[in-house]
Amino acid sequence: MTTANMRRMTPYMFLAPAAAFMIVGLLYPVAYMIYASFLDWNPSQLIGEADWINLRNYVSLLQDASFRESTVVTLKFSSIVVTTEMVVGVGLALLLDRQIRGISVLRTIFILPMMIAPIVVGLMWRYMYHPSVGIFNRTLKDWGLEPIPWLSDSGWALTSIIIADIWQWTPFIFILALAALQSLPRSALEAARIDGASGWQQIIHIKLPLMMPVLVVTLLLRLIDSFKVLEVILVMTNGGPGLSTEILSLRIARTASEFRELGVAAAMSNYLLLLLLALTIIMFVYNKIVEAREAAVRQAAEEA
Amino acid sequence: MNTTYERQNPAFYALIAALVLMSIAPIYLMLSTSFRLNVDIMSETSSLLFFPTMQNYETVLCNVLWYDPGHIDYCDPTFGRALGSSLLVALISTGITLVVGCMAAYALVRFRFMGRGTVSMTTLIMRMVPPAVLLVPVFGIWTFQYQLDGTYAGIILVYVAMNLPFVIWILQSFIVQVPIQLEEAARMDGANALQVFFLVVLPVIKPGLAAASIFTFRIAWNEFLIANALLDRNTRTVPVTIVNSLTEYDIDWGVIMATGMLLAIPPIIFTFVASKQIITGMTAGAVKG
Repeated sequence: MTTANMRRMTPYMFLAPAAAFMIVGLLYPVAYMIYASFLDWNPSQLIGEADWINLRNYVSLLQDASFRESTVVTLKFSSIVVTTEMVVGVGLALLLDRQIRGISVLRTIFILPMMIAPIVVGLMWRYMYHPSVGIFNRTLKDWGLEPIPWLSDSGWALTSIIIADIWQWTPFIFILALAALQSLPRSALEAARIDGASGWQQIIHIKLPLMMPVLVVTLLLRLIDSFKVLEVILVMTNGGPGLSTEILSLRIARTASEFRELGVAAAMSNYLLLLLLALTIIMFVYNKIVEAREAAVRQAAEEA
Repeated sequence: MNTTYERQNPAFYALIAALVLMSIAPIYLMLSTSFRLNVDIMSETSSLLFFPTMQNYETVLCNVLWYDPGHIDYCDPTFGRALGSSLLVALISTGITLVVGCMAAYALVRFRFMGRGTVSMTTLIMRMVPPAVLLVPVFGIWTFQYQLDGTYAGIILVYVAMNLPFVIWILQSFIVQVPIQLEEAARMDGANALQVFFLVVLPVIKPGLAAASIFTFRIAWNEFLIANALLDRNTRTVPVTIVNSLTEYDIDWGVIMATGMLLAIPPIIFTFVASKQIITGMTAGAVKG
């Protein structure tokens, strides 16, 4: 091989292993799943033996009341969780963005909940929500209040898992927002302070708008991840009582393993995937727009 | 450092104390429960004072201990075995992901070639695929086509593929910052592409590698759903055994909390050792600069 050829081959050589892994372990399975979603297939059959039933899985899902219920639960869960976490996380970041001793220790403590296994997080919260030995009901009893059926009542269960998720993931937003705040141009804040802007005015007119690109990406990342939450809920309630906490990914897992309808589970996965794809594309486009605008500003500055 | 610290008012410190308490309390509760006997856990008086005992840990680890704990009649080897499986799976998949991901990230950053845009777009899209979506195809393909169900190789393949997009994404942002002059100088001295990569680029992006390896390890170590579908009795990982031992009633809280604690310890250690790298990894991509 000549040197020029070597040059040209180099990037492909570096990419080949990753590409191989992703094709075998990710792309092919996803393609396989799309194909499987058109089949009437149960785990005891080979995929070749399953009947092709066109869009019947998709259509019957749309008419399936429990699938619709799961979708509603998922959307409710994700929207409440993400909104609360954004407000609290960004609020805390604005409050704590000061020169204080030990901020790094603080950040270390805040990322602990995210690093621990979701299974373990579910376990901790299930223990705390326990009707008799859990700390919440014990405290309520000590104060002479009625115990709350945290996980056993269909009205409370969703709230309970939302609280657990907020505990686990608010720090994520907080850390990203804090990083964004600390990378803001000092000159803009300085100028505002000299002009006599109050704390609130600085936040609303300067800090938040400048942080916006990061905040939007953070929001979308968190939104996408909130659709992936599964283990915490599985350990705490396993989707119950009834269907009150059965989010989509949990329903996919149950359809596949308990009801043994792989085709239906695949069709459901595709609906979820389409939703996430839409969100990802929004994020991608937004990133591109921001980059383009920054480039334009830079160019204008250079010309001036 | 000679940053001057501002004086804050007491309410500010109270807020911080409350936040720290809120994030640590559940973990502390788990830790303290794991040192209690069931009698203590169930008793009405929830005393802060109790006799810490190692019994729960002895029950869990009975088959890897070098002595025979007196209180156990029958030793259940499930957990000790699962711990071994978990370690093996997590370490190997982290190693492979890191090497492979690094090379791919380097190619994406440093070379302009056909299909570069598509590759990074696919990487981004693959990042969003939830494990639940992979459940059906992975079950089908691994069982019937690859014949890898129940093996370590099978689960490692899934974890590597699952983690690659994220690792590539993180590492790209670190590699961009490596000064190109450094590489050019090495090339002038006659190093080939591989030498430049391994001897010049890799040492410079060590913090990025640390972040990426912690994230990969964490996912492989903590994952439940696919491990549950793929692995059999002999290869099960810790999260699977935890969920299996959860029954509707009559949970042995002391033992299960000890198991949970053992599962939580490695990530907690990483967090304290490398929190700076973790935060950098988390913010990479979202926050530029």
